[in-house]
Amino acid sequence: MSLDLKFTYTEKKDTRSGFGDGFLEAGRRNPNVVGLCADLIGSLKMGDFQKEFPERFFQTGIAEANMIGISAGLAIGGKIPFAGTFANFATGRVYDQIRQSVAYSQKNVKICASHAGLTLGEDGATHQILEDLGMMKMLPHMTVINPCDYNQTKAATLAIAEYEGPVYLRFGRPSWPVFTPADQKFEIGKAWKMIDGKDVTIFATGHLVWEAVVAEAMLRSEGISAEVINIHTIKPLDEEAILESVKKTGCAVSAEEHQLNGGLGDSIAQCLIRNNPAPLEYVGVNDSFGESGTPTQLLEKYGLNAENIVKAAKKALSRK
Amino acid sequence: MEKQSIEQLQNICTQLRRDVLRMVHAVQSGHPGAPLGCAEFFVALYFDQLHHNSDFKMDGKGEDLFFLSNGHLSAGWYSVLSRSGYFPVSELKTFRKLDSRLQGHPATHEHLPGIRIASGSLGQGLSVALGVAQAKKIDKDDHLIYVLMGDGELQEGQVWEAAMYAAHHGVDNLIATIDYNGQQIDGPTEKIMDLKNLKAKWEAFGWEVIETKEGNDMKSVIDGLEKAKSLTGKGKPVLNLLYTEMGFGVDFMVGTHKWHGSPPNDEQLAKALGQLQETLGDY
Repeated sequence: MSLDLKFTYTEKKDTRSGFGDGFLEAGRRNPNVVGLCADLIGSLKMGDFQKEFPERFFQTGIAEANMIGISAGLAIGGKIPFAGTFANFATGRVYDQIRQSVAYSQKNVKICASHAGLTLGEDGATHQILEDLGMMKMLPHMTVINPCDYNQTKAATLAIAEYEGPVYLRFGRPSWPVFTPADQKFEIGKAWKMIDGKDVTIFATGHLVWEAVVAEAMLRSEGISAEVINIHTIKPLDEEAILESVKKTGCAVSAEEHQLNGGLGDSIAQCLIRNNPAPLEYVGVNDSFGESGTPTQLLEKYGLNAENIVKAAKKALSRK
Repeated sequence: MEKQSIEQLQNICTQLRRDVLRMVHAVQSGHPGAPLGCAEFFVALYFDQLHHNSDFKMDGKGEDLFFLSNGHLSAGWYSVLSRSGYFPVSELKTFRKLDSRLQGHPATHEHLPGIRIASGSLGQGLSVALGVAQAKKIDKDDHLIYVLMGDGELQEGQVWEAAMYAAHHGVDNLIATIDYNGQQIDGPTEKIMDLKNLKAKWEAFGWEVIETKEGNDMKSVIDGLEKAKSLTGKGKPVLNLLYTEMGFGVDFMVGTHKWHGSPPNDEQLAKALGQLQETLGDY
């Protein structure tokens, strides 16, 4: 069956390349933008910036704690540091450094975290962090962003360079559909209603926004009208957009490449319970670690693909 | 700032020690031992060495900057900052109290002048200092960055990440001082986690190392800092091993870890203050 998708794509690209290209552009626009990386310049796509601005780029070696501290120091000196490594090493390994030297001290540091979630793939669970959004959103002063494709990641990278304050920017490794416009304006903290609907709302973030777009077409083919909202900013959460949508649809699904504990779904649940309790179903990883496999296989095995969003949407509808 | 004589600087040290003891006594919490041992260092730095402006700017452009990595020495740092004009001396009485800018460990959220980053969780200050030093290099600002660490703090792995980085990147506009008192909160460092040969360790990491053997003698401390300064700008980071005695200045507190994190009671305070003349006026 061919689906009538509201968004389509002509190419696939990795979101980390969106970061790398955005970072280079941010460096060209503002001489205060500097970069750091803990021995993963190739993986983070930071090489073009390093080549063009060698005096503004610092290789830290495999020493993430030191990288976070140096970033805080560069920020004190008026620079805008982008510190890049895998999401696992950018959060869990350096939580205390981020907490004390960046978040509590309100330093203008951009923590740039690649290879997040299951779609890291074959490297397996040691590298597939699924707790990072939760850890980062708990920190006061921290802004948490998880864009959905190459174009949105590039736009987000440019936007955070202009924003003053600590930011956690999460992106990934796999080649993924590029379905949002290249010229989009990225507004931190502003949810994007991508598809209008009336029966159920799908709130999705990161790679799962694409799965939500596919799920919407599947639901529509069965006569169910789903609204798709792209929550690229987990914190601050656009509560107004969430409440407005659920007021109309009466039920919702959250979809994320993250643990259910502490993820986007948790934030949405808090928002609904305080303001307008409504049925909410979660699509995410349910209290387990990942494993090796291809991104597609892993999303299927752990229940994170479009089919699972469809199931969750029907369940939410049945609870109305 | 007008150059002060050794005697004048020593008088400030005595007052700093009084401030520290009165501050921790007032709230019956805090860490008196190490700031007592670092009084000469704090005073030499702020009243003799630093090219700084007490009209505080966060980015510190065009100034020497100091970072306190071992944040539990906060009482000593707050005293020297207030005594050198960063904020009113009377504010010392708010130390560790509700709604104070003088948090138990240094913090920036209440915008206390002189503080550029939080510290307290150990091992982070050298990394921060490196970042600021590199920002200065990018800006072609030839002022220096100073950082103080505890010797026990060197048990944190991040310090050695930073040590390796500093030498690799030739961060030679930085002087790191170790408060080498041989004590940590659970006991002498050699019993808790022996630091072994610190000079050889830092040299092996590619640092220029000087030793200030009399870290509680004002002239020696100044000479050490002058020597350290003369070694900057030559491609290597500079380490100042400052031999101090924890609790210096009070006979029953000196040379032991017992006053690392314990305040004096009323009687002990009176006895200690009896050994430290009020020179600049108590807060």
